[in-house]
Amino acid sequence: MMKMKTRPVEVLRRGHMACPGCGLSLGMRMVLRAMGPKMVGVVVPSCVAVTSGPFPYTALGVPAFHSAFEIAAPTAAGIAAALKEQGKEDIPVLAFAGDGGTFDIGLQSLSGAADRNENFIYVCMDNEAYMNTGIQVSSATPRYTWTGTSPTGNPRRKKQIMEIMAAHRMPYAATASIAFPEDLTRKIQKAKAMRGTRFIHMLSPCTTGWKIGEDMAVKVAMLSVETNVFPLYEIENGLSYTITYSSRNLPVEKYLMAQGRYQHLQPDQIQAIQAETDRAWVDLQGRAAKRKEEL
Amino acid sequence: MKRFITGNHAVAEAARLCRPQIVAAYPITPQTPIYEKLSDWDAAGELGGTMMRVESEHSAMAVCLSASLAGARTFTATASQGLALMHEMLHFAAGCRTAVVMAVVNRTLAAPWAFWSDQTDSLSQRDTGWLQIYCENNQESLDTTIQAFRIAEEIKLPIMVVLEGNFISHFMEPVEIPEQHMVDGFLPAVCLPRRFDVDNPGYAIPTVTQQQFRKYRKLSQEAMEHSLEVIEQVDTEFAAHFGRSYGLVEAVDCEDAELVILTTATITSTARVALAELRAEGLKVGLFKLRIFRPFPTAAIRAVLDKAPRIAVIERNISLGREGIFCSEVKAALINSSGHPRIQGYLAGIGGSDVNPKLIKRIAHHALETDMVQDGPLWMAEDE
Ligand SMILES: Cc1ncc(C[n+]2csc(CCOP(=O)(O)OP(=O)(O)O)c2C)c(N)n1
Ligand SMILES: [Mg+2]
Repeated sequence: MMKMKTRPVEVLRRGHMACPGCGLSLGMRMVLRAMGPKMVGVVVPSCVAVTSGPFPYTALGVPAFHSAFEIAAPTAAGIAAALKEQGKEDIPVLAFAGDGGTFDIGLQSLSGAADRNENFIYVCMDNEAYMNTGIQVSSATPRYTWTGTSPTGNPRRKKQIMEIMAAHRMPYAATASIAFPEDLTRKIQKAKAMRGTRFIHMLSPCTTGWKIGEDMAVKVAMLSVETNVFPLYEIENGLSYTITYSSRNLPVEKYLMAQGRYQHLQPDQIQAIQAETDRAWVDLQGRAAKRKEEL
Repeated sequence: MKRFITGNHAVAEAARLCRPQIVAAYPITPQTPIYEKLSDWDAAGELGGTMMRVESEHSAMAVCLSASLAGARTFTATASQGLALMHEMLHFAAGCRTAVVMAVVNRTLAAPWAFWSDQTDSLSQRDTGWLQIYCENNQESLDTTIQAFRIAEEIKLPIMVVLEGNFISHFMEPVEIPEQHMVDGFLPAVCLPRRFDVDNPGYAIPTVTQQQFRKYRKLSQEAMEHSLEVIEQVDTEFAAHFGRSYGLVEAVDCEDAELVILTTATITSTARVALAELRAEGLKVGLFKLRIFRPFPTAAIRAVLDKAPRIAVIERNISLGREGIFCSEVKAALINSSGHPRIQGYLAGIGGSDVNPKLIKRIAHHALETDMVQDGPLWMAEDE
């Protein structure tokens, strides 16, 4: 007999303030749906807060706090600790922050909270630049990428946030993509069942900043995974790596050329990105293999 | 029970007696002994609640303000650079109407580096929307900390309990430490709104319009004005429970005074000695202690000083390019006074330098003998 599936409860409501076709708001919707309505949300200045809506409207169907830019992690930690004191430890706290709020200005407070293993889930919605202030370069912006403050292409490479988080030996860290909703949902639900600091890194295609069509966010997210630019994996206790999706190893050019922000790239730059991606992919596979040996 | 303890120890005792549910802190001289004391009790299981040893003062305040919004009783302590680092969070904590209580141990702000008492750290947080109470001694620091939880939780605005580095934080004095049941009788269990209710979800601190922002600020200003009444009422109740009270301000020998010396914090206790000697010389001098800085107790000041002929403000802080901050505020409070008091600012004790009775007497003589008031401050020091 076929199992009846109930329609999931949508926690992110209609009428949110994101741009049409926004990859980030789709990611928020998937994360919140996987969490369910019994949770407390933290948002900080970023497109996440824009999506959440201005007073008196809110797209978030859960109690939530619009905190300050660089304190998503200690905000979540403070609420979680207060809920514990009130005997409500069963209510999970989940913080959303952008890449700027995570890789840059919020890195210290996130590191502090992860080091103390505070009890919350942290979801970094990485659109690879400061987007709601109008597309400025961040340390999550990949090499050669156009932004408003790297008009000839970003000279620096993207900061490896997953390696930084893994170095905290935190219980759980995973990458997730809106193009792979089952994988995303499983990871959120796995994180929800755990305690301590849990980190989700989600690549969130931005129609405006990446110069892609309103119907392209999911496709570009899919290409980021299939080209190994953004592999899907998880890290337990900072050491055990598991690749959760075997990609089709497509050339990075397919991913890059789908986006307006890379149209200026020269062939040698594309080659350099390919080489860097291959190196990182081999490295990741090595880490995952090491884990298999140990098992 | 009376014990011979430092001001930091007294504040830590007070915080523990108030049963905070969340303490988040970060070390900085001269606040560190408060943090260490609370950590000792936490390790011994005597603190109750959750103690977070955070990675910065900025995060300490982020934790406290979030936990307070969730409905928990929260406490932290800092000084100097730590307070300055918190600046953004201070506005935030007040703007979202939390009830965080924070001990601030006054210390010089770098540069240059130094470790001594100077009130410019807390005074430069004047416009953050926090209440500020300045303590004269160890006992008052303990008592004010207990009062602060009552006040903050009633008006839903955060409070700084301000004590001077070294002079209070590290000097030992006999301090009456109340029994737990006495404090429990005075300070009921926390009853703050719990903003994050899964059964009744709301969105705290959304983006608002110009008009809504203005309304928020007006409401906070009204709460600030109302808090003067609450501070007095809590002080009166405190007196009934513990037999000690402090008022918004304190006037000593001001009725017939030709000169009133206006002080805050530890300079007040030294001025009490100087005052007795000045009176013995036959000089008509009074002493006025300012205890509450925010909200500014304008009416209480005017009630005593409207007709004072001369006022000498002696203080351990400076707003560079202007004068001592208390002096500016007092001048502004008395601008409409019918008696038009002549107000002279004296900077003494900046950087934690010594303000002894002799120096205060020198200032009093100067103020009585000089008919010209200078608009700017006069620098006074025991070694000059
Ligand atoms: C301390 C501080 N500095 C700067 C800002 C301005 N600011 C608000 S959102 C933002 C960009 C956020 O970028 P990111 O975290 O990547 O989120 P996105 O907008 O891209 O979703 C900036 C710079 C701020 N709110 N607070
Ligand atoms: Mg961004």
